[in-house]
Amino acid sequence: MSGISRRRFLAASVAGCAATTLAGPKKALASGTFSGYPDGMGVLVDLTRCVGCRSCEAACNKEQKLPAPGRPFDDMSVFDETFHGGKQKRRPDENAYTVVNRYNPEGGAPVYRKVQCNHCNEPACLSSCFVNAYTKTPEGAVIYNSKVCVGCRTCMVACPYQVPAYSYSSSLDPVIKKCIFCYDTRLKKGLPPACVEICPQEALTFGKRKELIKIGHQRIETHPGRYVERLYGEKELGGTSWMYLAPVAFDQVGFDPSPGNEPIINNVKDFLGTVPMVLAIWPAMFTGFHLLAKKHKGHDEHEHDAEQQHGEEGEEQ
Amino acid sequence: MGAKQTLTTLIMALALIAAGTTAVAADLPDQVSLDTMAKLFNGVEFDHAMHADLGEDCSACHHHTTGTGTSNERCMGCHADSPGMKTVQCSGCHVVEPFSAKHINRDASNRYQFHIDMPGLKAAYHWNCVGCHEQMDGPTGCQECHSRTTAGDDFYQKKAVPAVAAAKGEH
Ligand code: SF4
Ligand code: SF4
Repeated sequence: MSGISRRRFLAASVAGCAATTLAGPKKALASGTFSGYPDGMGVLVDLTRCVGCRSCEAACNKEQKLPAPGRPFDDMSVFDETFHGGKQKRRPDENAYTVVNRYNPEGGAPVYRKVQCNHCNEPACLSSCFVNAYTKTPEGAVIYNSKVCVGCRTCMVACPYQVPAYSYSSSLDPVIKKCIFCYDTRLKKGLPPACVEICPQEALTFGKRKELIKIGHQRIETHPGRYVERLYGEKELGGTSWMYLAPVAFDQVGFDPSPGNEPIINNVKDFLGTVPMVLAIWPAMFTGFHLLAKKHKGHDEHEHDAEQQHGEEGEEQ
Repeated sequence: MGAKQTLTTLIMALALIAAGTTAVAADLPDQVSLDTMAKLFNGVEFDHAMHADLGEDCSACHHHTTGTGTSNERCMGCHADSPGMKTVQCSGCHVVEPFSAKHINRDASNRYQFHIDMPGLKAAYHWNCVGCHEQMDGPTGCQECHSRTTAGDDFYQKKAVPAVAAAKGEH
C-alpha cells in the first residue's frame, strides 16, 4: 500500500469517532468487565522458572529486525545497568521491545523478570490515542498502525507500564514502537511469539488466556510455598494478556503492587468528554494529520488495516 | 521364621532384583543423542550409562515410565503403582512444540487433567538435567553441556551492521 489514502483515513477515523461516541464510552466506562476476546491468547510468565539467559531478548531482536544491541545478548553485565540515579532498571525501547532485568529480593536468590507490552484487555494506549492508531486484535495482541500515528506520544504517557517507546531516528518520521506479540509474523498464523519459542526454561507459557488463568492458579495450588498467591495481570488494570507468577511479593520485582483493577480508561473520562469537540474541529485537524501521515509512506512494517480491524473491534465490544 | 529361612528368602529376593536389573540393563542405551532441537546449540551426547550408574532409581529421571513407581508426590496421586510404559523416551510424552496450535487445541479431556501443564521437551530436559546438576554440583552453564553453533554465535552476539549499509537499509 503506498501510503494511506485520504478517503480511507477519513473513513477509519470517523468510524472510530462514531464508535467512541455512540458505543465506546458507555461500555468502556462500565469497564473492568471486558475480560478480553473469548479466544484471545496470552502468555503466563513464571518468574520462578526464568534463569535470565536473555535468549528471549535475542529472539525478539531477530524476529522484529531490530538493530544490533549495544552489548551482546550473552553479556550478563546489562543486569547491573541502572538509570535515574540507580532507581530504574532497563526498560523496553524503540530498539528492544523486551528486556530482562534481575532483582535481588531480600534474603533470596536472584529473580529475573522479562518486561514487554502486557497487551491489556482494555489498553490505555488504545483508548488514549485520538487517531485510532492502536487495535486490540481478537487474538489478544495490541498492535498499532505506524502510518496513522502522528507521534503525539499520548500513549507513552497513558500506558501504566511505560511501554510504548518513541523512535527518534528521524524527526520527520515519528513513530511509536513496542512489542506487538509478534502479531504479523506469528500470532495471526497461530504460532507462539519468538521469545516464547526460544525460552529454554518454559518460563513463558503461551496459550488461551482463559486457560492460562486456570494453569496459573493450578501452579500456585500444587506447589505450596513456591509462589506468592497472586496471578498478576488476571485482574490488574482490567486484566492483561500477559500474566505473571512470582516467588516473592510483586513489589520486590518491580511491579506496582496495587494498581487497582480498573482499567486506565476510567481515569481518562474527562479526556473522553472532549470527543464532541474533536468531531467539530475534525476537518481542520484531519488535513494536518493527513499531511503528516503522508510522510509515513516508507513505513511498511506493522501495516494494518485500521478500518477493517476497527470494525471487528466495534462489533465485539 | 528361622535364620536360615530368612537368609534363603533374602538370597532369592536379591537374585530376583539382580535378574530384573540385568533384564533392564540389557536394553539400556549407553549413549543417547539429544539433538532433535539442535539449532543454536549442538546436540547433547548424553552419557546414559554414567547417569544410570549414578541414579539410585530410574524414576529419578523417568518418572513412572520405567515401572518403578514415581518419586514425584503429585504424580503419585495416580501413578504410585503404575506399570511400566511402552516408551521411556522423554519425547514420548514431552512434545517438541508445546505451543503449536495443534497442541494447544488438542482434546484435553478429563483423563489428562493433570497433564495439562506438562512442559515441552526442551524445558523437560533443562529442568530435569539442570535441576539435578545444581544439587549434585554438575555442570549448569549452557555451553558446558552443548556447545554453541555458528548460528548460535551470530544470534547471541549480533554485530552492528556498518553504518553505510545500515543507512541504505533504513526506511
Ligand atoms: S501495556 Fe501499555 S502499550 Fe501494552 S497494551 Fe497495555 S497500555 Fe498499551
Ligand atoms: S529466554 Fe526464558 S529463561 Fe531466558 S531470560 Fe527469557 S524468559 Fe528467562
